[in-house]
Amino acid sequence: MVFMNGVHDLGGMDGFGPVDVEGNEPVFHDPWERVVFGLVSAMSVQRLSNTHSFRHAIERMDPTHYLGSPYYEHWLTALATLLVEKGVLARADLEARAGGHVPLSQPLRSGPVVLPAPSAAAPRFAVGSTVVVRNVHPLGHTRCPRYVRGKRGVVARVDDRFPLPDVAAHASERCAQYAYNVRFDGHELWGDATDTAAAVYVDLWESYLEAP
Amino acid sequence: MSEHDDDHHHPAPLSPVEVRARALEELLKEKGLIQEGFIDAVVSAYENDIGPMNGARVVARAWVDPAYKARLLANGTAAIAELGLGGPEGEHLVVVENTPTVHNAVVCTLCSCYPWPVLGLPPNWYKSPPYRARMVREPRVLLREMGLDLPESVEIRVWDSSAAVRYMVLPERPAGTEGKSEEELAALVTRDAMIGTARL
Repeated sequence: MVFMNGVHDLGGMDGFGPVDVEGNEPVFHDPWERVVFGLVSAMSVQRLSNTHSFRHAIERMDPTHYLGSPYYEHWLTALATLLVEKGVLARADLEARAGGHVPLSQPLRSGPVVLPAPSAAAPRFAVGSTVVVRNVHPLGHTRCPRYVRGKRGVVARVDDRFPLPDVAAHASERCAQYAYNVRFDGHELWGDATDTAAAVYVDLWESYLEAP
Repeated sequence: MSEHDDDHHHPAPLSPVEVRARALEELLKEKGLIQEGFIDAVVSAYENDIGPMNGARVVARAWVDPAYKARLLANGTAAIAELGLGGPEGEHLVVVENTPTVHNAVVCTLCSCYPWPVLGLPPNWYKSPPYRARMVREPRVLLREMGLDLPESVEIRVWDSSAAVRYMVLPERPAGTEGKSEEELAALVTRDAMIGTARL
């Protein structure tokens, strides 16, 4: 079962413990990480993968696999998944070459993409506008983190129009929408907690937002 | 494994993930989808040429040139291009400025977004669940654990890179550096200060 209130959407989750900082960390730790970075770069250049579908393929990983594996294993799993799904490679060939099971991400669950309206020529919201994040839980890819849904914030910056990832991860169509930087007060996000930031700034596409 | 190992006819078995990576590489090469030398070239760029030394140059320039600093804060992408910097994950750069009363820190709660042209590829901790989960929820506690104990009077602003923009922090210029050259100043700037988990 895949639902995109996924394991990757980590903001505010508890229980992970301290951040483990490695001194003088190398860019890559093992030769296989170099290979994976290079393969993903090459497939991106050849347009066999795009940022949005690639991210979504990572998000579709089994949650225990996601949390239990190093970062570049996410990339490897997503790349193998996309290549098998696009028919570039057969899973059987990959497993034969690897001499065993190759874990892939779970299948896409979202139905046909419903194309939202692109932004009008002018942005709907202005700096200083109060906005509320829509309380949506899509089955496909989204870049609207769970911890801001339903929350009220103030537009701090209006950016350019960018392809809406919720569409671009699933379809060849592009839906250009304005993105906004929205300032959320720490207490709006986390209630009475006293250890919050003064503010968290999150970048959100226009269709994630509504007027209060 | 070193050449001094006794059992040199039986090298250490590859880990499962290593085997899978090699299998994928072989199959893609056989299909002609990987150009010879491509992987080495792209890896070498990020191991040698694209890293926090680039961001440090940007910061040092901003410290010595107020007009450049103004341009950097107004349009980060255009300002780093003046120094010959740009490329993937740097197409829309926003630079946020630390002051005595405001501290900025950058995170990507959904994945690992990071300003590659100025900072290179992110360290593992930046991509790790604890950092991504906690930075938006309890940054003051987390920063203290990571060695940065900010006074209560300093306001913390956390930037979650959730869309197209990538963020870099402009740290404050350390006191007592008035006589230093731009190059000497750049040598003082650390990666973590440009992410916001350290001050200089």
